Amino acid sequence: MEKVLLQRAETPGYTGSLADYEAHGGYQGLVKALREYTPDQLIEVVKKSGLRGRGGAGFPAGMKWGFIPKAPGPKYLCCNADESEPGTFKDRQLIEQDPHQLIEGILIACYAVGIPTAYIYCRGEFAHGARVLIRALDEARAKGYVGRNILGSGANIEVHLHRGAGAYICGEETGLIESLEGKRGQPRLKPPFPAVEGLYRKPTVVNNVETLSNLPHIVLRGAEWFAGIGTPKSTGPRLFSVSGHVRRPGNYELPINVSLRELIFTHAGGMRDGRRLKAVIPGGSSAPVLTDQHLDVTMDFEALAAAGTMGGSGGVIVMDETTCMARVAEIVSRFYAHESCGQCTQCREGTAWLHKILARIERGGGRPGDLETILDACDNMKGKTICVLSDAAAMPIESYLKYFRDEFEQHIRERACPLRGVADF
Amino acid sequence: MFSDETIQTFERIVARYPVKRSALIPILHEVQGRLGYLTPEAMVEVARYLGLHPVEVAETASFYDLLNLRPVGKHQIFFCHNLSCTLLGAERILAHVQKTLGIGTGETTPDGLFTLKRMECLASCGTAPVMQVNGEFYENLTEAKVDEILDGLRRRG
Repeated sequence: MEKVLLQRAETPGYTGSLADYEAHGGYQGLVKALREYTPDQLIEVVKKSGLRGRGGAGFPAGMKWGFIPKAPGPKYLCCNADESEPGTFKDRQLIEQDPHQLIEGILIACYAVGIPTAYIYCRGEFAHGARVLIRALDEARAKGYVGRNILGSGANIEVHLHRGAGAYICGEETGLIESLEGKRGQPRLKPPFPAVEGLYRKPTVVNNVETLSNLPHIVLRGAEWFAGIGTPKSTGPRLFSVSGHVRRPGNYELPINVSLRELIFTHAGGMRDGRRLKAVIPGGSSAPVLTDQHLDVTMDFEALAAAGTMGGSGGVIVMDETTCMARVAEIVSRFYAHESCGQCTQCREGTAWLHKILARIERGGGRPGDLETILDACDNMKGKTICVLSDAAAMPIESYLKYFRDEFEQHIRERACPLRGVADF
Repeated sequence: MFSDETIQTFERIVARYPVKRSALIPILHEVQGRLGYLTPEAMVEVARYLGLHPVEVAETASFYDLLNLRPVGKHQIFFCHNLSCTLLGAERILAHVQKTLGIGTGETTPDGLFTLKRMECLASCGTAPVMQVNGEFYENLTEAKVDEILDGLRRRG
């Protein structure tokens, strides 16, 4: 497939400056949007394109915009640039290498929904990315793309950069909003959804970096072009971040319904050192694991859901036969225990206990009944909390036990990790 | 306790938001950049500046991994220990860093030069293992590469 989002970024010599961006057709989508479409028509175009959120939930972007009340009054757009889902590194590339593509997408979204103020909530650890965005915003403001009466259209849109300070939960949209309000990033109970009561209790759109970066292309090339890629329900190209035991890790932009096999073996170069594939996490660490039995699954939202997992953030972590799944479970559970914001008991206690028990099993201190305790804890963590971090912590652990239970039982029986010393792990 | 120039920076930040408290985290980043960590006195001053109670500043600050409530070394090393990095040897290289610096994670060298922290996924999994030093990425780490980076930082002092 011809590249779309990464087309400029991966052109040799492309710097991402405004001059470079304009020389490669940049801001023509914004020009077309302002001149040829009313805001309502633009929302229709995005609905027709089938664009779904690329941050994790896969919610249709046009529908999300449609929930914003039409009545006048303050409204906000938050660009979710808090990329922190383990295994995901695509937004960072989009931000660092083609910042104007994102800014153009933000401006198109703001124009479509009638929003005068946008904040880019940039992950605190992205110091370089934040500098790149600030420079790009200054360039865009100086050239009249951002600010008052944009390109003589009468539209006023201001875009600000806001740096976070290191908390995975701020990628959850209401956690992000709380954080942007200067508070702890603890998610809010929904409803009301942000479209009704978001930032400063005003209607707010929260869209991911990759989602927004698609907009200039959809406006320029049309909804039909975008909808013609992928499947009827999962459309467009998607960035897949591939990491782990593959020969060529990296971001790959492919039709969203590429097969897992093609992604790993054709694009990412296959397995390192001639080893066998054992397990794959297909959509960031919150996604349930798949095995070598699932390689023909396609990566669209529906096919992955049918396979018992999810497309999530597009982070694909590939593991070979030397990988100890109890160790994987220990690392993944440690992450959620660290990142739980602590406000819901099921999540605060559940994530901590999962990690404690899994670490004990991996180190040879597992006890009979531990696996039942883990599954019972997982069951009590799902669907019971303010946000889905708790579910995201439980689902992968359940899946490791579903496909690799023998390995966990062997740890407990032999009071040791059977793979210790096999890999550098 | 803040200079006129610092206050001007604060004012530029506050101007971006319709509600002053939104400027809190960006202002704490600025303060930390100047002082190295958020001293109790600085948090009281920030609270006064934004019209908040000092406890509101402390409760926000204490939530975030990147905001330091205690002194840290001159060079902060954030070492990723999440899955993709660990699959490619992060723990072996982290052990080498600990041995070279003579400290554990969460600790600062006695000369105050280095603080070493374990971090969750830094969004650089395609170039694992990775660490950040003072906010900049160092990727595809090996023991030799880490030695070179640490030597360079030591020479800079």
